[in-house]
Amino acid sequence: MQQAVPLSWYLALSAVLFTLGVAGFLFRRNIITMFMSIELMLNAVNLTFVAFSYRLRQVDGQVFTFFVMVVAAAEAAVGLAIILIVFKNRETLQVDDLSAMKD
Amino acid sequence: MDPILFLIFASIAVVCGINVVVQTHPITSALSLIGVMASLAMLYLLLGAQFIAAAQVVVYAGAIMVLFVFVIMLLNAGRERKTRGSFLPRLIGPPLLIALLGSVAFVILRVVPHDAVVKFGTYTGGTVENLGRAIFTTYLWPFEITSILVLIAIVGAVALAYKELD
Repeated sequence: MQQAVPLSWYLALSAVLFTLGVAGFLFRRNIITMFMSIELMLNAVNLTFVAFSYRLRQVDGQVFTFFVMVVAAAEAAVGLAIILIVFKNRETLQVDDLSAMKD
Repeated sequence: MDPILFLIFASIAVVCGINVVVQTHPITSALSLIGVMASLAMLYLLLGAQFIAAAQVVVYAGAIMVLFVFVIMLLNAGRERKTRGSFLPRLIGPPLLIALLGSVAFVILRVVPHDAVVKFGTYTGGTVENLGRAIFTTYLWPFEITSILVLIAIVGAVALAYKELD
């Protein structure tokens, strides 16, 4: 029995997760669920970074994953604060009702 | 043993990822996303990235998702209302997504050499020592600039929340 996993399996899993994130961002209409889809895409990219870090035997990819995590934390803090303000002003979380900039 | 572990955690990640997208209640999506992040942490361990696996559980599944769940509970976010989108995006959206996945998979299969395999235990470079050495020597300036970014995010979040008090 083969004891090793091809590297392309990890990258394919990352591609599937990224596509799921894109689908969630496009098809969901709740602003919080759309935000979570963005986090899913960031996680898929992190998996690619770590997989190539393994392949090249260098720690640099993992450093980039670390930076992505920090930026995602900052993004989540500011984004959720904005969602709180929007809900306080408009009483809705549906993106279809938040089209003031279009009108 | 390696393929079995990979398949277990990869299938958990994909199932939870699908669940994030298809569920209409935000709290169910959030709990599924925690499942994705936990199984990804196990895959990082298989790839020899120990510190990143720990940080994934602590920062992502711990801190960020708690923030999400807090906001969902605070806003009392209910089930998503079904809205009628326009016809054309509904028609061409799924084929375009499949085209995106197919093109990415094509590039992966072309670029990655076929002898590239992952075997648990052959690379243990992701220790705290190696990562810390890289962050505080080669990547010192990006690290410091990131700390300023986090400071700006804290001040911004507090400023937004402060405006709410008026």
